This record gives sequence, C-alpha cells and structure tokens, in this order.
Amino acid sequence: MSWNDQRPMSPHLQVYQLPLTAWLSFLHRATGIVLFIGILMTVFGLTILATQKPEHWHVLQTFLSSYSGHFVLFLMSFSLYYHLCNGIRHLFWDIGKGFTLLTIQRTNLAVLMMSSILTFITWVIA
Amino acid sequence: MKDLRSPLAKAKGFGSSTDASQHFWLQRLTALALIPLTFWFCFSLAFLPHASYSELLAWIRFPLNTILLLLLIIFGLHHGQLGMQVIIEDYISAYSKRLAILIVFKGVTYFMMVVGLYSVLRITLGAQ
Repeated sequence: MSWNDQRPMSPHLQVYQLPLTAWLSFLHRATGIVLFIGILMTVFGLTILATQKPEHWHVLQTFLSSYSGHFVLFLMSFSLYYHLCNGIRHLFWDIGKGFTLLTIQRTNLAVLMMSSILTFITWVIA
Repeated sequence: MKDLRSPLAKAKGFGSSTDASQHFWLQRLTALALIPLTFWFCFSLAFLPHASYSELLAWIRFPLNTILLLLLIIFGLHHGQLGMQVIIEDYISAYSKRLAILIVFKGVTYFMMVVGLYSVLRITLGAQ
C-alpha cells in the first residue's frame, strides 16, 4: 500500500529521536539480512573448497586476505556477534524475563559491549 | 461462544496463517541450537586463518567439525529463511509480489542448503 501510494507521508525518521532500544531492534533486523547474505557466501566458499582444486581456493583466499576482504569479514563478524547477543536477549524476552525499563536500558549497553568485545577478541586471535 | 470469524473470511482465507506458531517455535529452536554452533564456528575460524589448503581440508574432515558444519548449514539457513520471511511479509503488501518473492527466497535457501551439504560431504568422502 505505502509503496504504490504517491501521496506524501509525514516525516518520522527525520524528525523523531528514537530511543536506543529502537535502534538496536533495527540493527538486529539489518544484521539478520547481512548474515543471510553471509551464510550464502559461506556456502559458496565451501563449494569452492569442495572442488578439491587448490587454485580455486587460492583465488578466494587472496580476496579474503586483501583489505576489502578483511573489511567484509569484519562487518560479517560484528553482525554475527551483535545478532547473537541481541538474539539471546530476545530469547530471554520470549520467556518473559527482563522487561523492566531499567533492565532493558542496561542490557542495551551490555549487548553492544559484548558484541564489540567478542569481535575484538576474534580479530585479535586471527 | 460463536466464532468471531465470518464464514466469508474463513472461505477467503483471511486471518493469520495456520502455521504461525510453528514458525515462531522453529525460529526460537534453531536460534537456540545456533548459539553454541556460532561460538564454535567463529572461534574455529579465528584459529584457522593461516592454515594451508590441505590443513583446511583436514580440519573439515575431522568428524566433529564435519557434523557441526552440517548442522550449521541446516539450522543457519533455516533460521535465516524464517527471519527473511518475516521481513518480506512486513515490507511487501501486494499479495502476488510477496508470494513470489517468498517462494524465490525459500527456494534459494533450500537449494543452497543442499549445495552446502553436498560440498561438505564431497570434501569428507572425496579422495585424497
């Protein structure tokens, strides 16, 4: 309905300052989309390995070792950890725990911190 | 108590789809399974970046890794496809367009699932 409608819409995202929880919810959805593409790419990488010809793998590995490859991997790893941490938070919400405003505000930051820490640890190891 | 839905609504198939709760439940179950699988996957990869080609294949052939990879492919793609279904249903209002895009997404997902399973099995069972 909205996309086929030519009438003007009143501004919302340009006007209201959304609370952090709202942005984190949006980020959860956005990282979900990014991860879907990521898992398709991972399966693609596995098929490259499955051809059992080292040359094919070396092409992919060269890309992954480059700056743009590292950038893509970094985005994917952060998306994965963020989606994981926020997903755990969602599962807690599903069983009804953690709905008070204070808990949500605290877990907002906890999720962001945990995902950054996990990304950092992973990249330090690698 | 009389049913709140009119007979016409029932005949036209309006209202929530019958398997919404299954969708919800599967989404949560696959999410739960994916938590340890993701940790295993990420930390394994983190320790592997400078592995040579044969080391990589040997890692995949290790039985625990093979099984966990297979599970990751199945649960990960299924969870992702359920999530994308929610997103598509949220943003596309035209029924035929929504149905078409959903079918394409699910088709691609299951195709890639089989491709992924085949690749892992081929690496495991293939020669050398």
